[in-house]
Amino acid sequence: MTEITVAHNLSATAVSARRRKKLKRAGLQAFLIVMSLIWLLPLAWALYTSFRPYEETNRLGYVSIGGVYDLSNYETAWVDGELPKYFLNTIIILVPAVILVLLLASMMAFTVSRYSWRLNLSLLMLFTAANLLPPQVIITPLFRIFLALPLPPILSDNGVFYDQYVGMMTIHVAFQLGFCTFVLSNYMKTLPKELNEAAVVDGAGVWRTYWSVILPLTRPALAALATLQVTWIYNDFFWAIVLMKTGDKYPITSALNNLKGQFFTDNNLIAAGSIMVAIPTLVVFFALQKQFVSGLTLGSTKG
Amino acid sequence: MTDRVTRSASTTPPAPAGGVVPPPTEKRKKRYSLLSRRDRITLWLMAGIPTFLVIFFILLPTAASIVLSFTSWSGVGLDKIQFIGLKNYTDLFTIYKPFWPAVSHNVIWLVFFLTLATPLGVFLAVLLDKNIRGTRVYQGALYMPVVLSLAIVGFIAELMYAPEQGLLNNLLGRTAQGNQISWLGDRDINLWAVLVAASWRQVGYVMVLYLAGLKAVDPALREAAAIDGASERQAFFRVVFPVMKPINIVVLVITAIESLRAFDLAFITNKGLNGLELLSTLVTNNIIGETSRVGFGSAIAVVLLAVSVGPIIFYLVRALREENE
Repeated sequence: MTEITVAHNLSATAVSARRRKKLKRAGLQAFLIVMSLIWLLPLAWALYTSFRPYEETNRLGYVSIGGVYDLSNYETAWVDGELPKYFLNTIIILVPAVILVLLLASMMAFTVSRYSWRLNLSLLMLFTAANLLPPQVIITPLFRIFLALPLPPILSDNGVFYDQYVGMMTIHVAFQLGFCTFVLSNYMKTLPKELNEAAVVDGAGVWRTYWSVILPLTRPALAALATLQVTWIYNDFFWAIVLMKTGDKYPITSALNNLKGQFFTDNNLIAAGSIMVAIPTLVVFFALQKQFVSGLTLGSTKG
Repeated sequence: MTDRVTRSASTTPPAPAGGVVPPPTEKRKKRYSLLSRRDRITLWLMAGIPTFLVIFFILLPTAASIVLSFTSWSGVGLDKIQFIGLKNYTDLFTIYKPFWPAVSHNVIWLVFFLTLATPLGVFLAVLLDKNIRGTRVYQGALYMPVVLSLAIVGFIAELMYAPEQGLLNNLLGRTAQGNQISWLGDRDINLWAVLVAASWRQVGYVMVLYLAGLKAVDPALREAAAIDGASERQAFFRVVFPVMKPINIVVLVITAIESLRAFDLAFITNKGLNGLELLSTLVTNNIIGETSRVGFGSAIAVVLLAVSVGPIIFYLVRALREENE
């Protein structure tokens, strides 16, 4: 008799524990669903607004369903805002900048991680510190340097770094070198050092060791960094508004602010323009999420 | 993972050639003899070019900011630079009206991120680490804003906050003239409105970083804690959180640095005026404004530098310590 009650009680507590656990799970799911919806709302709202002509939202109100949905805002933003021109500017700055920063950072990382010098660690620290500075700390003198520093006519139509694609490229490369070197040197440190010895035995010099042995093995880190750098340089807003003057040469992210009020007169147009400018980064989000995240975390797993 | 590999590598004896670990002096000679003259020049160039770029375009301007902050200069003609001692600083602290609001806004930004955005990101990471159904979808939704530029975040914020056309006032029924809430225009609330928009991105950023860290924690630790009768909360705070120290510090530093770098959102909203003054916008407005006062702008930049140095040094010291382990 007593045995049966004990067994009965036991199973009752087990059931209630399981039920409590189930309830907890459901609560967790509900919380995460609500959070996700809140997080998606702004972008969804922008997307929704962008498909409605201004007259329709005027007539029906912004929070409404129905009426006409079309792509007219996209067309207006694309044509009147001259978005293709600004996209091209971004590409002109972005492509060489990313290639250069990865090349230079990988060379730097190679020298500090695969050989030991006296300055090794101090250089790495210097690079990391430079990368963490807010850009506004250096901008006042940098602005003067850009106005004074000469460039050959082939690279600059006014003879200096200021207001030039090359100037923009240069500052992006210099500013991102710290982070990339840091990530790549951490990555290269994990490669077995016997690789260098083997290369030496095979008669390879320093450059061959770097280019044909170490660099190919660094490919995963390079891919992750490239994704991250493309996104960051594409997203940069600050450098161009100070270091460039000619509106026509602005990269897309910085140009958007000038277009507002000038061409993008209503929220529907601003929404369409924002979505179009966000598309390349959203492609990164959907297609290269793994690379992007591993780039971010490579920088944080060690140091 | 990276950590473990390097650490085990450093326990093996140093290699004679091209080793990672600095070998004792006797072996150093031997090692250098293996590098030809040409190799040494190549190495110097490979390290020299990037180093030059960083020194010339980042560190030199930093030093110049410090020196120029003690001068008065219109920006033209190096011979026109006049040393005026601490005058820029005394002006900044006593006469220049936007300075103290900017400092307090930067502090509010930092505190808001430290107490709300970052902990929320960490909390979500902990929840998502439980491998519940649909975790990837939730992760994606929360992390989506991270790829967007702050400029786009600013535009989307305007779509939410606009007095008449914005979603928020429409939902609150406050779109009629005189009844509107000017989320971005009212200087008493616009900082908070912008901070919410900034957190939209920051939370996802912290969540991604922290989640990656949590995934790397040895599951055996948690199992051991569970066997010892620890509740989930106890297991996190007593076992997992301490193990996550490296990631905790990275997240802390990133939070601090991001708060000091805050610029784009404030500048896009109203050029960083009227309630959204930040040290970064003051520096920028001084350059692109009509009257460029190089010395004065540099003094503001030096204040920004002074507060940034704390987290930077904290981070470097820790990185150095780890390097030596």
